[in-house]
Amino acid sequence: MSADSLDSSRLDIPGLGAPADTEWETVVGLEVHAELATETKLFSASPNRFGGEPNTHIDPVSLGLPGSLPVLNEKAVELAIRVGLALNCRIQPSVFARKNYFYPDMPKDFQISQYDEPINVEGWLELPTGKRIAIERAHLEEDTGKTVHIGGGGRIHEAGYSLVDYNRAGVPLIEIVGRPELRSAEEARQYVAELRAILVAVGASDGKMEEGSLRVDCNVSVRPMGSDRLGTRCEIKNVNSLRSMGRAIEYEARRQIDQLTSGQPVEQQTRHWNEDDGRTHALRSKEEDYDYRYFPEPDLLPLNPSEEWVEQIRQGLPPLPRDRRFRLAEAASAVDLDHIALAVERSMDDLALAAVAGGGAPDRVMTHIVHNLAEGSGELAPEALAGLVHMEEAGELTATQAKKVLAVLVESGGTPQKAAQELGFEAMDTGEIEALVDRLIADNPDEWSRFCDGDNKLTGFFVGQAMKATQGRADGKAVTQLLNSRRG
Amino acid sequence: MAALARLELSDEELERFTGQLDELLDHVAEVEALDLEDLPPTMHALPIANVLRPDVPGEVLDRDEVLARAPLAEDGQFRVPPVLGEAP
Repeated sequence: MSADSLDSSRLDIPGLGAPADTEWETVVGLEVHAELATETKLFSASPNRFGGEPNTHIDPVSLGLPGSLPVLNEKAVELAIRVGLALNCRIQPSVFARKNYFYPDMPKDFQISQYDEPINVEGWLELPTGKRIAIERAHLEEDTGKTVHIGGGGRIHEAGYSLVDYNRAGVPLIEIVGRPELRSAEEARQYVAELRAILVAVGASDGKMEEGSLRVDCNVSVRPMGSDRLGTRCEIKNVNSLRSMGRAIEYEARRQIDQLTSGQPVEQQTRHWNEDDGRTHALRSKEEDYDYRYFPEPDLLPLNPSEEWVEQIRQGLPPLPRDRRFRLAEAASAVDLDHIALAVERSMDDLALAAVAGGGAPDRVMTHIVHNLAEGSGELAPEALAGLVHMEEAGELTATQAKKVLAVLVESGGTPQKAAQELGFEAMDTGEIEALVDRLIADNPDEWSRFCDGDNKLTGFFVGQAMKATQGRADGKAVTQLLNSRRG
Repeated sequence: MAALARLELSDEELERFTGQLDELLDHVAEVEALDLEDLPPTMHALPIANVLRPDVPGEVLDRDEVLARAPLAEDGQFRVPPVLGEAP
């Protein structure tokens, strides 16, 4: 590159040499890879299963043995179409291509992907805020094997050698490429959370970031607020949770701003997020597309799903998270919208709706779902949740007892009445509570006279004593009411 | 192009293949000269599409047998030269 062209290209960099008080905008575009929930691989009949002994889910196709031929998995195509429809994409005729590179995670030295004719194009995803993010494409491709680096103290560049496990090679992936229309780490988080909820809702993926079945690459650039040009982007890999993605985007934007304000252009790079030091590190300069020498895969035929098939898949789509949030918010109108979203994210909105329809007070139902069912609802039936809430409302169970009963219902099902009985949480009848309160008053004359003089803090003392005397069976609310009525 | 494809060619081979490649490019140029405005692009040489396989697990290879044929193996895995950086 000549000095002249360098200078003129530098003039084109938004924000280069900007003053320190410049207001910056972060621009994020995400590429999300999700493993599709099929029984077998994309092009062969080995099982698609997480974990397992290394190299036990392998066959001639996933090893790229000479003479082996790929055959496309119908279920993977159906799941890809489901994702496309849920993301408002156009489903179009598509072809597979070879992406050539030399790396031992693919023994045949290429990865089969879709390049210029992907199955899903031109869609959008709506964030909970109502903002729409354009989806460029959502295409099918095969996953690669896993390499582990051995020796040299575990650092990649000092490694003595690598070990390869091909269980994951050939597992079907859908890669969802979003336009760079996200403007903050928080928006990126919302986008991935919503996309994950959609993938899970349509049954395309389990969406587990920690197991690597959902992987996010973040393209991050910055520019002065108001600029309509995009800055040079860096691609951040290795973010394993929504939280680390947010941190990585914030760190990277800061790094690029510091770079530009000090007069240095941002170099287009792939960078690796390091969770421990909270930084991104340069891996390699971005390879240009032509380096992969994409060409049509001669061993696979074009894919052209019929309108009837696509329509049939569309009819079979379950309600999407957005609609489910609306539905639950309508049924439980007084409840915090974040809690509504959380219930949908945990796929407990049907449970909540049924419990509310069964007469359970919405706020109590949602409290249990948000706070007490984080680990899943297990064997809990909606009627049992509604019944439990009824018992609480009627004062038959304290909040603490209700939580314990709920744990039993989650573990082994059944009715709340029976579970409460087995736990010894039989409601104290009014006479029993009255006798208890009267005894406490008699036993604690000093506290009682201070309470009668208006020291309301002593309510807590008496309730505490009542709980102690009954091992938590007493209903705090009933005790308080009695104390107040005895005071007159 | 040889570097991209990781091919080691002698000078003589380089010269020969460059000549052959030029001939191929000339042929492509002939096709380019045709007026194909109204023809849809061909996606594949065969006039069939949608060859699909049901999602049913089949047989897998025996790991020990496969690894026995690998140049190096360790812990049930293929042992390969150290990998720098990461996959594209």
